[in-house]
Amino acid sequence: MMISKRKNCSMQECYLRRQKMIKLQIRIMRFFVLIAFLVLWEAAADFGWIDSFIFSSPSRVIRTFLIMWREQDLYVHIGITIYETLVSFFLVMGISIVFAILLWLFPRLSAVMEPYLVVLNSLPKSALAPLLIVWLGANIRTIIVAGISVAVFGSVISIYSGFSGVDPDMIKLIYTLGGTRKDTLTKVVLPWSVPCLLSAFKVNIGLCLVGVVIGEFIGARRGLGYLIIYGSQVFR
Amino acid sequence: MEAASYYILKTLIRRTEKECDFTVCLMGGFCMGALLELENISLAYHTMEGETPAISNLSFSVMEGEFVALVGPSGCGKSTILNLISHLLEPEFGTIRILGKPIQESGLNIGYMLQKDHLFEWRTIYSNMMLGLEINHTVTPGKKEMVQKMMDTYGLGEFRDARPSELSGGMRQRAALIRTLALEPALLLLDEPFSALDYQTRLNVCDDIGSIIKKEGKTAILVTHDISEAISMADRVLVLSKRPATVKKEITIRFAMKERTPMKSRSAPEFKNYFNQIWRELNDDQ
Repeated sequence: MMISKRKNCSMQECYLRRQKMIKLQIRIMRFFVLIAFLVLWEAAADFGWIDSFIFSSPSRVIRTFLIMWREQDLYVHIGITIYETLVSFFLVMGISIVFAILLWLFPRLSAVMEPYLVVLNSLPKSALAPLLIVWLGANIRTIIVAGISVAVFGSVISIYSGFSGVDPDMIKLIYTLGGTRKDTLTKVVLPWSVPCLLSAFKVNIGLCLVGVVIGEFIGARRGLGYLIIYGSQVFR
Repeated sequence: MEAASYYILKTLIRRTEKECDFTVCLMGGFCMGALLELENISLAYHTMEGETPAISNLSFSVMEGEFVALVGPSGCGKSTILNLISHLLEPEFGTIRILGKPIQESGLNIGYMLQKDHLFEWRTIYSNMMLGLEINHTVTPGKKEMVQKMMDTYGLGEFRDARPSELSGGMRQRAALIRTLALEPALLLLDEPFSALDYQTRLNVCDDIGSIIKKEGKTAILVTHDISEAISMADRVLVLSKRPATVKKEITIRFAMKERTPMKSRSAPEFKNYFNQIWRELNDDQ
């Protein structure tokens, strides 16, 4: 079987063809999983296996989406939430990179701050949202601050621990080449931490969205969080 | 390869020669002054559990153009000595002088080659080699050309824009050497620079680098736990005691052959005598 196949193509061609086939199969299977899920969901709602009032169904979701797009300016709400999420995301990244650099530059500062960071990170930030509204007022600033508060502490901790993971020998190398502490930061620590920064980005964008929606639950007249609260109150 | 190496070390040594005037010159301008002197150096590591003496009363000197190897039991503070010479650590007692002056004032570059190459994966081979010049803000067209020439002569020319992971172990070590040499150091410190390589590459790279350094009369200090490596490369082997390190025995290595290279030294008749002598010294107190 294998031998007859080899006659048609060289080993390398065969290998490439096989790899292409595997990639195609993965793509098809991914799409299939999505379709299967939607079909199953729709069928389950139609045949009454699940309560469509609670779990909805794909067709109802699409219908509601279109109605809300027309009648309730859904795009405005989505836009507002994306805007707030992005602003708080960029602020979180800026603040946490600056803080992580400070902690790295001053080991004693990091020793002092460590327990506070852990406590602040484990604080239930959603509990702070009402406080923020009383403090800053029911406006977009409050919601951005809510988004920041959810992500920023964890982000500082993970970026700082990324910085601390640099091989001390790499830092020694910079010193042997006549470098200073600033050189170790710019030539080794920051470039070395790029993968860690990217993974922090991925986590933070999600956390910022969570924070922003929590903020909108309580203190907004626009945005997805507001729509969720509104929807839950009118049961739609 | 040898012609190439010759060029590199020529540029390196030019600076050293200029500083040579105060030293005693023998045999037609061959400089024999002490480039480096360590005098009664002591150092201890401090931890909460107590004090661990690492080096006690260590004295030795290295002549201009000499190749000295430090051998000793593992953990005896060999690398610490190199850290002291390159001024990464400060001795608790004693003085270190370069050309008669304290290290801070000497203004000479000291090249330090670490055990692993630590080429940065986010830089190309070429920009890895420019790292030292970048840090010292001394990137000039002339230096760029010098680095480029070294790369060509060391067989790394076509890998200029490659990433370090695309190179073999031996090539990476040569790249690391060029990175060190780009700063034109007057003294070269080698901290087990071949220990991360496989055996065959190790012998080749050792022969390569050893020949260059020898031929140019470059001053170098090699730290190793490999006795044969020390004998094959060095003019003088200092056997260190267990911690706290101190010089236990000094052995001058002389071979009858002409045009000595590390590889040829290994098969010389004197080799095994030196090996046995150092082996005895190392095992003596255990």
